[in-house]
Amino acid sequence: MKPEIKIDLLKKMLRARLFEEKIVAVYGEQEMKTPVHLYIGQEAVAAGVSQNLKAEDYVFSTHRNHGHYLCKGTDLKPIVAELYGKATGCAKGKGGSMHFVDTDKNCMGTSAIVGGSIPLGAGAALAIKMKGEKRLSVTYFGDGASDEGVLQETMNFAALRKLPVLFVCENNFYATNSPQSARHAEGTISKRAPGFGIPFELADGNDPEAVCAAAEKAVAHIRAGNGPYFLEFPTYRWKGHVGPDCDYEKGCRPKEEFFEWQKKCPVENYLKKLRAEGVLDDALLDGIKAEINAEIEAAWSFAKASPHQSPEELYTDVYS
Amino acid sequence: MPWTKVLIDKQDFEASEKEGLRNITYRAALLEAQRQLLATSPEVYLIGEGIDDPGGVFGSTVGLAREFGPDRVMDMPIAENGLTGIAAGSAMCGMRPVFIHMRMDFLPMCLDQIVNHAAKWRYMTGGKVTVPLVIRSIIGRGWGSAAQHSQALHGLFTHFAGLKVVTPATPYDAKGLLIAAVRDGGPVMFCEHRWLYDFKGYVPEEIYEAPFGKAVVRKEGKDITIVAVSLMVYEAVKAARELEKDGISAEVIDPRTIKPLDMETILASVRKTGRLVIADVGGVMTGISAEIAAQAAEKAFGALKAPVLRVGLPDVPTPAGAELEKAFYPGAADIKKAAERLVRGAN
Repeated sequence: MKPEIKIDLLKKMLRARLFEEKIVAVYGEQEMKTPVHLYIGQEAVAAGVSQNLKAEDYVFSTHRNHGHYLCKGTDLKPIVAELYGKATGCAKGKGGSMHFVDTDKNCMGTSAIVGGSIPLGAGAALAIKMKGEKRLSVTYFGDGASDEGVLQETMNFAALRKLPVLFVCENNFYATNSPQSARHAEGTISKRAPGFGIPFELADGNDPEAVCAAAEKAVAHIRAGNGPYFLEFPTYRWKGHVGPDCDYEKGCRPKEEFFEWQKKCPVENYLKKLRAEGVLDDALLDGIKAEINAEIEAAWSFAKASPHQSPEELYTDVYS
Repeated sequence: MPWTKVLIDKQDFEASEKEGLRNITYRAALLEAQRQLLATSPEVYLIGEGIDDPGGVFGSTVGLAREFGPDRVMDMPIAENGLTGIAAGSAMCGMRPVFIHMRMDFLPMCLDQIVNHAAKWRYMTGGKVTVPLVIRSIIGRGWGSAAQHSQALHGLFTHFAGLKVVTPATPYDAKGLLIAAVRDGGPVMFCEHRWLYDFKGYVPEEIYEAPFGKAVVRKEGKDITIVAVSLMVYEAVKAARELEKDGISAEVIDPRTIKPLDMETILASVRKTGRLVIADVGGVMTGISAEIAAQAAEKAFGALKAPVLRVGLPDVPTPAGAELEKAFYPGAADIKKAAERLVRGAN
């Protein structure tokens, strides 16, 4: 892998991580009145998948969407404003954290109903196919969404119609607080894909290069007109299902399990790897961080200085 | 005007034919609308279970698959919710799907995608992403269809912000409102009634739109207002003709779309007549008749000379047996009785 790509992967992960660490830092102020489902710990997935996407590719996501949209290249200002419910927000303050949108980057919206955006992503692929366009659609979801019938319905139709859709299952082993072992007899979700005639790959969701390589293969398959592909990435979320706190403190999952996964931090491990390879040094890292932090600060200033919505806005954007 | 007429008996047809008007069935009007939409708009496609089979959704899609091919007139797996989401996703990215259900009873299978997604996406994205998805479904009735093949759920969908709900009664409206629904740009529930399929009426040959939110006065009158939805428009006109013989002048209003709902036309009529009966093909319990009655009470209370009465389905599932069915479904006689009660204080 070329060093530029490695640095790019690192930058994507760091941007998502530092953005959410800022949310954690300010959430207690209670000015950001929106439930946040944080992505910390899972950044390698969005970074590795996005590395293979083109600007015109569609992305559909879930309530845990921040990393997906940041890695697709969304501008921070409108999304921070959205977190604060401001008029300048990406959804004019009508969506909040669970409903980021950026049509300029072909991020078409996110659903807070588990599994809800899976068929929407495939529908975008149907539109692509009907219009004869050269792009693809990615739909991200978690292991929880794999419980829903709609995933199975969508996989079947996508395979039937050879739709250019990439299914990305981030298996973080929990649906809210229910462990996968309490929900699934078969632990490998991607094994279902060949049953529908869809090729699949399982790769380490905490290793951005492994994700990138798997996604590269999947995207090449789709772009060649061969229909859908299913990727599963085991990974782990560090925070609770919702909110800025760690839920192991509340007994939601074993503390030992959390610490084991923390050792597999995608960002820290990748920093170590790139240093060892001589791709990264302190000066370069400091520069990257400074640039991201400056962007974050600017976005926060923009959001805080932005006006709130006027009450009349309540009634707009309902009907065409 | 010819397009506002409801053709009920032989005399109506003869009069219409004499004028040289082109009368076609509701079924043919739907078929024509879809053919013209497919022919003129490359982004329009039809999708539904068995829509390409020889029966063609009670004849309303017959021949279209052969004419436009299986990519634009698409059969699908029996996966209503998933396919609603797929149709909605394609709509977000520039297509104009018409999703067709033979029975309205299949819509509850799709509620997540209709209610949580299609209805709300425009609002949740601050107006950035719209969902021009039309969902056709047909209310069944009779021949022992029973509780899962005969539901009238149009009223239910008016509850959800973001959805429009259309209930065409005449062939003219079936065609014009379907074209308007596809061009609307948002999600539209297009609610048909199986018993209307053979009804004929004047339909222009060209492509045209019937407006949303504009009720039609099907018959003018001065003593009582009857608001009638879908098939009940015919029952109400029949009742009004009978009432006329008894010296009661009834005005019949067809809202055509129940969301947006043209309350102005209804209220203007109520202010004139002072009496209101609402006849719906759906249940009275929290149905569209309840909404119209509530708005009349809020906005025209002073004009009302009598309580508002509703004619609709009782709060029970649809029965199968012929005698029970007869007891279940109201018709012109019930509307007439309600009107007489309000005007004469009878019963």
